[in-house]
Amino acid sequence: MEAGAGLDRTIATRDCVLRLDDFALNTSLGADLPRLEGRSVVLAVSDMTKAAAALIELDGLARRIVLCPPSLDMRGLDALARHAEADALVHDGDAPAPEASFDVVAACRLPLSPLEAERARRFVTEWVMPTSGTSGPPKLVAHTILTLTGAFQPAGAQRWATFYDIRRYGGLQILLRALSGTESLTLSTPGESVDAFLVRLGEAGVKHISGTPSHWRKVLMSAKAHCIDPDAVRFSGEIADDAVLASLKALYPRARIEHAYASTEAGVAFAVADGRAGFPASLVEASGGDVAMKVVEETLRIRSNRTALRYLGRGAPALHDADGFVDTGDVVERRGDRYLFAGRRGGVINVGGAKVHPEEVEATLNAHDAVRASRVFARKNPITGALVAAEVVLREGVVAREGLEAEILSACRAALPAHKAPSFLRVVAELPITEGGKLARHG
Amino acid sequence: MSARLTILDAIRDVAAEQGKTLAPLSDDLPLMESGLDSLCFAILVARLEDALGADPFTTSETTRFPNTIGELIAFYDEARV
Repeated sequence: MEAGAGLDRTIATRDCVLRLDDFALNTSLGADLPRLEGRSVVLAVSDMTKAAAALIELDGLARRIVLCPPSLDMRGLDALARHAEADALVHDGDAPAPEASFDVVAACRLPLSPLEAERARRFVTEWVMPTSGTSGPPKLVAHTILTLTGAFQPAGAQRWATFYDIRRYGGLQILLRALSGTESLTLSTPGESVDAFLVRLGEAGVKHISGTPSHWRKVLMSAKAHCIDPDAVRFSGEIADDAVLASLKALYPRARIEHAYASTEAGVAFAVADGRAGFPASLVEASGGDVAMKVVEETLRIRSNRTALRYLGRGAPALHDADGFVDTGDVVERRGDRYLFAGRRGGVINVGGAKVHPEEVEATLNAHDAVRASRVFARKNPITGALVAAEVVLREGVVAREGLEAEILSACRAALPAHKAPSFLRVVAELPITEGGKLARHG
Repeated sequence: MSARLTILDAIRDVAAEQGKTLAPLSDDLPLMESGLDSLCFAILVARLEDALGADPFTTSETTRFPNTIGELIAFYDEARV
């Protein structure tokens, strides 16, 4: 990964601008840089531009980079380091180093300082990402720069942006795309509102923007949505339903609207740009190109040169089956010439023995004229074990009026089998979103 | 005050929402013949928990569950004493 090359490209948050050309003669890691060569390095910094700077410098220099998500609990650092056989730590220069045992502890500091010796790039660095598991300790997923960048097509000089944090798979894809191509990149800033971010994207002339459907629903509700005029709008990380696809198309009629399927383990599998939810069944049947897909026990399995290598750690489960396929855990349903995503295998609500995927009910709620976003969850029940309950955020301009909740519920009962239709509905001002930009399903 | 009116209203609401035809409601009408299915009962019990603040199906220590409309009303009245 060679950053720069005279295109005057930048990676910018609200508070900080990294010029990629500067890395030829400068470093964020100061005099510690040579001591990180060949190390297994835990990268735990709070700032996204610092993370970007350290990644630019550590690829090829370190044997392994463990990329910590922003929320990482520092008390878990020792266990994480042990599993990743880490012997070095890169942390924020402004705070004292966390208490954990490493051979090398280096501070990442911006602005850059002059490089004292040439930067060595002798390793095929392993990139390790902890997955945001819903239960238990995170799994450590190992990639290389080749598996991470396998899906890239040249895009030409443009300014890109993402709602994601670059320390998670979706955001890292965009960072690496910018670094390996000719694009500049604009990133969000902690504490920055969606409105303020959109204004900044507009001023920077950003043309290509990625985020989760939850991120994009916030844009749809923002008064600043017209500050941007994108060529390309990209969804990933959650199911993109017809309602959110159609709403974005109406808001940005000029833009190519694309939803991609990717996960930390399975890598980038495909992108669909026909404006409809799900994906053509022909993608599965035409397996044999650089991505092979199959549906086993209703879940999508993927094999490609972009899947992760393995899980790290002793006793870690296998990431691939015997034929090299990764089980995504995403349940799909065939409807005619299309596969639709039904939800996560583990996320099913059991209503008297009948299965309900919350995502399917959410898609039905989101299709209602008054609803922008929804969250469906189980309510415990002594008769059927559970019932379906929902919270909804109304569309911009829709005023909560008496009878609206009953009207939405009645539309669900007309569209869904009785056990899937919500029995309870509450209008809320906003829904909980995780740091990764996805709807928070627990709590 | 008895929960009778709240319960009868809730039964009618749930039946209407779920498109069920109710038998004429009387105290000796067996619940199984009322026209409500188990999903309707599940919704009814949850609604009554919200309306009355009681869920005797979860909290009651008796092993004998109500069989008729009259017993259902008594079940809730006992739970709310």
